[in-house]
Amino acid sequence: MIVADLYVTPAWYLVLGAVIFGLGAIGLLVRRNPLVMFMCVELMLNAVTLTFVTFSRMLNDVGGQATVVFVLVVAAAEVVVGLGIIVALLRKRPEATADDLALLEG
Amino acid sequence: MTVELFVFVFAAAACLAGAIGVIVSRNPVHAALSLVGTLFGIAVLFLAQDANFLAAVQVIVYAGAIVVLFLFVIMFLGVDQVENLRIEPLGAGQRIAAVVLGTGIVALVVMALWSTDWEATGRHSAYQALAKEGQPDINVLGEALFTRYVFAFELTSVLLVIAVLGAVVLARRSARIDEIIDPGQAEREREIGERIVQAEVRAGVEPDGQEADLVAAAEDEARETEEVKA
Repeated sequence: MIVADLYVTPAWYLVLGAVIFGLGAIGLLVRRNPLVMFMCVELMLNAVTLTFVTFSRMLNDVGGQATVVFVLVVAAAEVVVGLGIIVALLRKRPEATADDLALLEG
Repeated sequence: MTVELFVFVFAAAACLAGAIGVIVSRNPVHAALSLVGTLFGIAVLFLAQDANFLAAVQVIVYAGAIVVLFLFVIMFLGVDQVENLRIEPLGAGQRIAAVVLGTGIVALVVMALWSTDWEATGRHSAYQALAKEGQPDINVLGEALFTRYVFAFELTSVLLVIAVLGAVVLARRSARIDEIIDPGQAEREREIGERIVQAEVRAGVEPDGQEADLVAAAEDEARETEEVKA
């Protein structure tokens, strides 16, 4: 059986991370709902954290995992500020898309 | 079939299904729930790579806090209506360009990996080894965070304070209440008033005029809103 000879190499994780990053990028460009665009940014961030953890294991260095902790903190801060902006936008116009961000001007 | 292969295949399937779900879901609530699938799959992949602490943090921070924040905003603002993906105001060819770009990014990374023969280049454990004898990963990670990365760690506290201040400033209601126009609010209030009256009539209670006042007040408000808009 061929499957028995298959071993999960770290490269598999890296390819998976790249695919998730690509899907997030596509979603960010295709969708117009600011909330869903934000979720796509989260997807891209997560793909990168997966890559960091994989490299951390490949090189046997704790630096990758430490970076993931900082990415998590930045993601939390980013979500708080980003959702604040989205709430301010959607309060003015509930059906707003990303094109309506100019509404917040002034 | 090794256990790791089994785990990887299922977690990767969850990740990819969730990611595709985020992109194609018409309803933002479904997109948020698909996001949970991806985040959970990545937590499982962390576990498979012996990053136990990060897997726990991933579930707590992402699935427990960030997605709940998303759902809060969706429910709070009532923007959970289904959107039609076809009539979105996308420029001509933007969808195709996006797919080409996404595929290009993936192809680039895969080619780069291929050119290095699927191995990471660089020195192994230049500073601090991940696996130490008899030490769980959380000890090693904590030691690194509070020695080598302690300055960056302190800076994150500043970042979090700035984020909280920014959220407070953004979420504060405008001083002039007239500036805020919710097009559906007056209509909704009138509907609710009418429904109360209808329900009481059906239940055999004589409307005592209070509800009628409510309906009248809601109508007045609707007229005022129209004037403000005009």
